Amino acid sequence: MNTVLTPTSAEELVEAVRSTPRVIAVGAGTKPRLSQVEAVRISMAGLRGIKEYDPSEFTFTAAAGTPLGEIADALAERGQYLPFDPMLVDAGATLGGTVAAGVSGPGRFRYGGLRDFVLGVRFVDGTGRLLRMGGKVVKNAAGFDLPKFFVGSLGRFGVLAEMTFKVFPRPPTALTLRLRGGSQILSETANSRFEFDALDIAPGETDMLARLCGPEAALKTLSREIFARWPGEIVSEDPWTALREFRWVNPGASLIKVAVSPAKIATLEGLRCHLSAGGNFAFVSGEAGELDERLCKAGLSGVTLRGEAPLWLGVRSRPAIAQAVKQALDPVNRFPPLDD
Amino acid sequence: MTAAVLQRLAAMMPPGRFLERPEQLAAYESDGLTAFRVRPSAVVIPETAEEVIALVRFCHAEKLPFVARGSGTSLSGGSLPVEGGIVVALNRLNRILRLDPAQRLAVVEPGVVNLDVTATAMVHGLHYAPDPSSQSICTVGGNVAFNSGGAHCLKYGMTANHVLGIKAVLATGEVVEWGGPSRETVGPDWCGLFTGNEGLFGIALEITLQLLPRAECYHTVLAGYRTLEQAGDAVSAVIASGLLPGAIEIMDALALEAAVAAVHAEYPPGCEAVLIVELEGPREVVAADRERLDQIIAASQPVEARPARDAEERMAIWKGRKSAFSAVGRLSPDFIVQDGVVPRRRLGEALRRIGDLARKSGLRVANVFHAGDGNLHPLILFNGRVPGELQQAEALAGEILKMCVEMGGSITGEHGVGMEKRDYLPAMFSPDEIDCMRRLRAAFDPLGIANPGKMFPSAEAPSLQHHGLHPLEKAGVISRE
Repeated sequence: MNTVLTPTSAEELVEAVRSTPRVIAVGAGTKPRLSQVEAVRISMAGLRGIKEYDPSEFTFTAAAGTPLGEIADALAERGQYLPFDPMLVDAGATLGGTVAAGVSGPGRFRYGGLRDFVLGVRFVDGTGRLLRMGGKVVKNAAGFDLPKFFVGSLGRFGVLAEMTFKVFPRPPTALTLRLRGGSQILSETANSRFEFDALDIAPGETDMLARLCGPEAALKTLSREIFARWPGEIVSEDPWTALREFRWVNPGASLIKVAVSPAKIATLEGLRCHLSAGGNFAFVSGEAGELDERLCKAGLSGVTLRGEAPLWLGVRSRPAIAQAVKQALDPVNRFPPLDD
Repeated sequence: MTAAVLQRLAAMMPPGRFLERPEQLAAYESDGLTAFRVRPSAVVIPETAEEVIALVRFCHAEKLPFVARGSGTSLSGGSLPVEGGIVVALNRLNRILRLDPAQRLAVVEPGVVNLDVTATAMVHGLHYAPDPSSQSICTVGGNVAFNSGGAHCLKYGMTANHVLGIKAVLATGEVVEWGGPSRETVGPDWCGLFTGNEGLFGIALEITLQLLPRAECYHTVLAGYRTLEQAGDAVSAVIASGLLPGAIEIMDALALEAAVAAVHAEYPPGCEAVLIVELEGPREVVAADRERLDQIIAASQPVEARPARDAEERMAIWKGRKSAFSAVGRLSPDFIVQDGVVPRRRLGEALRRIGDLARKSGLRVANVFHAGDGNLHPLILFNGRVPGELQQAEALAGEILKMCVEMGGSITGEHGVGMEKRDYLPAMFSPDEIDCMRRLRAAFDPLGIANPGKMFPSAEAPSLQHHGLHPLEKAGVISRE
């Protein structure tokens, strides 16, 4: 099916969903494997723009098709940011696609991921109703937390139209250190008093990239103490942009997000991967068969963002409740099943 | 429930862990929302996850309503029993199953007390961030069910932001395990959906919590202002400065009066409002940030600003703040705590309107709030012995909630909807949205047996009764926030 619907408003999005029995929303296509399904495609490119942004509230609301870059620029202008380091900004990734894919970046380590910053969503359910869940204020406990559920749900339970996010003031300075010891010092650094902002190991590297954020004067003093404990040096060139844009992944090669825990990072040994957020997730590129086997053995799972590998790798549990929730939000199976 | 069903239920539990005599049930009739009281048919006290699973499956087979309960501190009536149903008291599932300092996490049973997690993790320099005021008594299971907050939500988020994994028995009897030691997930965020379900989906059996390194250093400032507006402006100035304090709190004159009466807290004289701002982090970072904070506070024209000079002074500031709720009990025979949220920039306006509404109803309202995230806690003072005053207080509370929604906020920041605010859910969500939530609820609980009567507007409401303060509250053991 090559049909592409191009709504330009929430109302048209509702029409688009209702117009056809099987649909999937797509953003900029930066994680194409997620929408590689038999379905009419709804391009979200026409639903873009920041609807509300009040820096004093630490919140913004934007249409799902808004490119991350547009959001990052608007926030930066007011000295704010999304602390989880959204990925693929230069590649044009959209806010909605990022939520549906559930992809956070290195900054996830300090203040939490995408799920911790999404406050509210407006979405179209399988029956074609435009619904709002969550709220627009930084603190809210009313109703079920569907906004979090949509993180990583791959557009299989509804089409996101608009989202409200919490933001933080951007720290005045950031300093990246390269530390010897790599994965060996993961838990020591993570538990230390320094409150690192990110702890990553880049593909093919054994050293750790440790980012510190805060007032400039403090960072200088802190880094001296850090080097006394773990030898290393200050990184002058920016290593984060290349990681953010997956420039290390060969064109056409698969790209898989794996949720891992610090105790299980040996599962990924020898694989081409970017280990991120203190060993809590990794982006892996390479042959999927072997990775799948390793993940199964370790009780881990992954999702393929790019390439021809199966959508889900490793262990998969599909409890009866998953089907029941799918039925609740999408009784006519308007959206593809999660396993598709 | 028939006598036969009750008998079979009793047969499932060893002696002493099945309660049915009125004097045994009395302690479970009410929770932190003391205006409601319902006697359950029985209380069961499981000691293991297996027993909880068997109980829920029994309830499912018998279509028997059940209410899971921890310490019963819910301020929204979240653990209020259901007539003809049972209470599943989870306090004996209180084991910390695993503490993993290297991965900074703890796996706990639902009956573990919130503060015990931090107490156990402290030797490793770690802590569990969510800190509701009842943290010395409330349980993690209840925190998860109601997505509890605390004073540090602006920077650290609520309970949901700290739950990494959940093993639960759903109301259908299905046992699920979601998430785990990783801070990231693959696929939909089931833990996120389960947290804050208000007991309508099932019962959490094991919860994996993320722990954070304890902040090395604090800088806490207390500043008094002539007017609430000035205090509100100071909050705006702090926010605009780009600092990210761990906590920003405000108490109004009546709340101050209460704190003075209760714990002999001392505040700058002649102040209509006191602001508390706390920075935290590595000492070098706090040292640099405190200079900026002190400048901002000085520029905000306080009557007086008092930075805590040591840990003792810091504790004293927090003691006054955290005691404010129960302290209000000294000013009034009864009170209701509300939990609305407004956009931060409209705090001043919200407080003015609350004042107007209070004057109109003739009741006094004390205000203590998490100013950093716009979370108001108006305490509505009333005397339950005066006929009609409880209803009047409830009506005022309702007006305040509607105002919060009108201003673009929420009917609850951290207490949940529960029994108390269920009639206000339609103020925030459309009929279609409530229908969507009902469908979700039905997916988890097709029979509607898990904590029925909570969250959704409903006809079967127990009537309001006056019962005065909770006995533990009178004793100063618990407080409402």
